[in-house]
Order: sequence, then C-alpha cells, then structure tokens
Amino acid sequence: MITEAKSIVKAELNSEKIGESIVVKNLYKSFGNNHVLKNFTMHLKTGENLVVLGKSGSGKSVLIKCIIGLIKPDAGSINVLGKSIPDLNNNELDEIRVKIGFLFQSNALYDSMTVRENLEFPLRRHKINLTKKEVEDLVMEALTNVGLAHTVDMRPSELSGGMRKRIALARTLILKPDIILYDEPTTGLDPITAKEISNLMRELAKKYKTSSIIISHDMNCVKAVSDRIIMLIDGVCYSDGTYEQLKQSNDEKIKTFFE
Amino acid sequence: MKSKTLQIFLSETGDIGRFTYRFFVEAFKPRYEFSELLRQCFYIGYKSLPLVAITAFIMGLVITIQSRPTLVEFGAEGWLPKMVSVSLVREIAPVITALICAGKIGSGIGAELGSMKVTEQIDAMEVSGTNPFKYLIATRVMATTLMIPILGILADAVSLYGGYLGTNIHGVVSWNLYWNQVFDTLTFGDVVPSILKTFFFGFAIGIIGCYKGYNSNKGTEGVGRSANSAVVISSLLVFILDLLAVQITDLMRLT
Repeated sequence: MITEAKSIVKAELNSEKIGESIVVKNLYKSFGNNHVLKNFTMHLKTGENLVVLGKSGSGKSVLIKCIIGLIKPDAGSINVLGKSIPDLNNNELDEIRVKIGFLFQSNALYDSMTVRENLEFPLRRHKINLTKKEVEDLVMEALTNVGLAHTVDMRPSELSGGMRKRIALARTLILKPDIILYDEPTTGLDPITAKEISNLMRELAKKYKTSSIIISHDMNCVKAVSDRIIMLIDGVCYSDGTYEQLKQSNDEKIKTFFE
Repeated sequence: MKSKTLQIFLSETGDIGRFTYRFFVEAFKPRYEFSELLRQCFYIGYKSLPLVAITAFIMGLVITIQSRPTLVEFGAEGWLPKMVSVSLVREIAPVITALICAGKIGSGIGAELGSMKVTEQIDAMEVSGTNPFKYLIATRVMATTLMIPILGILADAVSLYGGYLGTNIHGVVSWNLYWNQVFDTLTFGDVVPSILKTFFFGFAIGIIGCYKGYNSNKGTEGVGRSANSAVVISSLLVFILDLLAVQITDLMRLT
C-alpha cells in the first residue's frame, strides 16, 4: 500500500516536472559584497506567463541573465527544457538558446543593420538551409505580426521607441522559441504604447504557444500579461500567486507594489 | 598611490595579454566570418584611403621642401630624391599611416564596440547563438592587420609623388630621373622591414581598439573613455613597436 502511494506521488512529481519549462533551485549570485540572489527558487510551467516583480536592483535582470547563461551563478541549479544551464559548454548553450527568446530592456537592435538585417541575423546563424525566399517570408511574417512590415528597410535609429520595441519583439520571435524572457518590456514607453506592447505579448504568446518570464514593475503590464506572479525581495522568492491573490495580500512589502 | 597605479597598469597589461591570446584561439577556429571580415576590410581600408593619401602626399611635399635648403648649403641638392625616398619609405609613411589609423580606426572601433556593449547588443548577439568575440573582435583585428600594410604601401607611393612635386618647386628634375634615383636608392632592407612593421601596427591598433570597446562600461561616459584610451594606447604602441622594429632591423644589419 505504502509502495503504491509512493509510486503515485512519484508519478505526479514526474508529470509536474514534464510540465515545467524552467526550474531554478537554490540560486546564489553576488557581485562583490552585494548578494543579489540568495537561495532563490522558482519554476515556470509550460505555456505560462510568469511575472517576476521586484524593486530596481533586486536582481530580476540578473536572474533571467543567469537563466540564459549570460551570467554564471555562484551556486544553485538552473534547468531549462531539461538541460542544466551552468553545466553546458558554449556549443550546447547555443543550441538551447535557439529555443529561448530574450527581449532586452534596451531592445539591443543592431544599429549598423537595417530592420531586415536585424531579423535575418538569427536566421542566418541557425537556419542555414533556408532559401532567400524562405528567409524573406519569415522576416515579413515576423514584421506583419508586430504591424511594422513597412519598416523593413529602415534603420533602428529612424524608428520611435515603441517601434523599436516591436521590432525587437519580432526578432525575438523569429526563431519561434519555446520560452521568451522579457526584461522590462514596457519601461520608457508611454502608457498607450505600453498597453499595445502588453497586448501584443499576450497575443503572440497564445499564437506561438510560448512560455514567458516577464520582468516588470509596470503594474498595468503585470495585470495584462501575468498568469502568475512571483515577488523577488531581498534575493529570495518572497511570494507567489496570481495578480488578484497578491493584490489582496496584507503583507506591507507586497501591498506597496499594488497601491 | 604609486603601487596602486602600477597594480592597475600590470592588471590591464595582463588583461590585454589574455584578450590577445583569446583572439588567436578564436580567430583560427571555424566557423569563419568571411562576409563580416570583408565588410570590415572595406570600412577600415577603403574608407580610410582618402585621409591616408592626403596626409602622405602633404608629408612627402613638406619633407622635401624642408630638406632642400640644408642639402643646397652642402651642394648636395641632387641627393634630394635619394634622401627623401629613404626617410619617407622607412619611417614617415608607415608611422604616419599607423597614427592616422590609430586615430580614425582605433577610436571608431572603441566607440562602436563600447556603445554595442552598453546597449546590450553584444549580449543580444550572444543569446542569438553568435560568438560575439569571433564576429566582432576577430574580424576587426584581422581587417586592421591586413589593411594597414596596404594603406602603408599606398602612403609610400603617394608621399614619393609628393616628394617629386616638392623637388620641382625650386628645381627641375624630370619624372624619369626622379623615379630612377628613388628606385636606385631603395633596397630590400628599406622596403621589407617597413612593410612588415605595418602588420604589427595594424594588429596593435585593432586589438587595443577592440579590447577597450569590448570591455567598456559605465554607460555613455564609458564609451567616450574607451574611444579616447584606444587612440592614446594604440598611438603609444605604434611608437614602441617602431622603436623595436628599428632596433631589430639594426641588429640584423638591414640599415
């Protein structure tokens, strides 16, 4: 009887593991004496939009940079789509990165390239067998998705902040990743453009069935896109719940964000 | 205070050494970025050509005009093409080319990579599965190493032409006579070491510009500092390498 119960629990745990795109356990990261992440643990379920909420400098961006392998953690495990990120070599990291899109806070569009070349760049690296026509079709599809097909031959410097964000989103989605990491996607945008970007994120996540981690402290964006929210306070996962659950919390630290 | 400065100097020298080692490791490993290398050769070589040519022409003209009175005083005016050609080919054209390139290319690379770093473009490249060191650094360093010698040879030719015009301002030396004297004077020991050292100048300018840009920080202020220190350090390195090249040439009795 006990053995049967144990096996049921084990089966449940396995099925839960299958449904998790990212699992972070006991993560530590310090910069000198600044201990940014202290025993941080979280998971991202497949198909979920998870918002990581926290003050500026609380380590949110460090967390997603650790997840994509841009920063090496001091200790702890990061498992993305079944692969342990800190243990991968550069080639293995490149392989897993094809399945992860990253939208940078500053958009990180290549200034020396046109919008077309910006979008072609990841395709030419990873889909080397594509014909010129197929590359063109994928570029135009990505631009049409964000409503900016007419900007294809423009340079990033000729575009507004909102347009640059949309182009960066199109570039992030062009390889059709399984997971997207958004680093403050609406920061520096006016409320209308921020709302448009939030809606676009939601639509594209549904269309491409992606899982997302969204770093933000724009509460309108958080409300619009989140399925679940975790709060990163003092280097640990302080709280975990839906927008409505956290909004009703009486904890002072949580209330400050929702006021 | 002095020990801290020395510590910073030694630490930076060590970092540049490691950066150079990484260049050699990455540059000769596939995948090769040929199209980016060609693009950089175009920007570094072709786009610097007018500036190098104008400067070399003026240097040739000025050196000839200024050397003439002294030679006239000793009744050695006929030696003007010989003297000017040796000084231009051995020293002035390669060093001036390298200094112009340190200013134009070194600062350009430092500022471009620095701004790419602070706007997260280098990180974006890395997360899109591209090795930024190979794509940005290896191509730029190879382009400067290949293009600056070509610019140096061009500067030799243009400065000698400037010398021809300078010779003819106060005297009359035919086109054939001038070039006969120039080619009679120049030997293997004048031309080859001068071309060889420009490869080292090019490498130094590329590696310092890239190192400073790639390790830029502190936002836009850092970009300005990267560009500035790329020019200062690479110009200084050009003189140090020139000194070493002269010593080596002298030891090999090629002077």
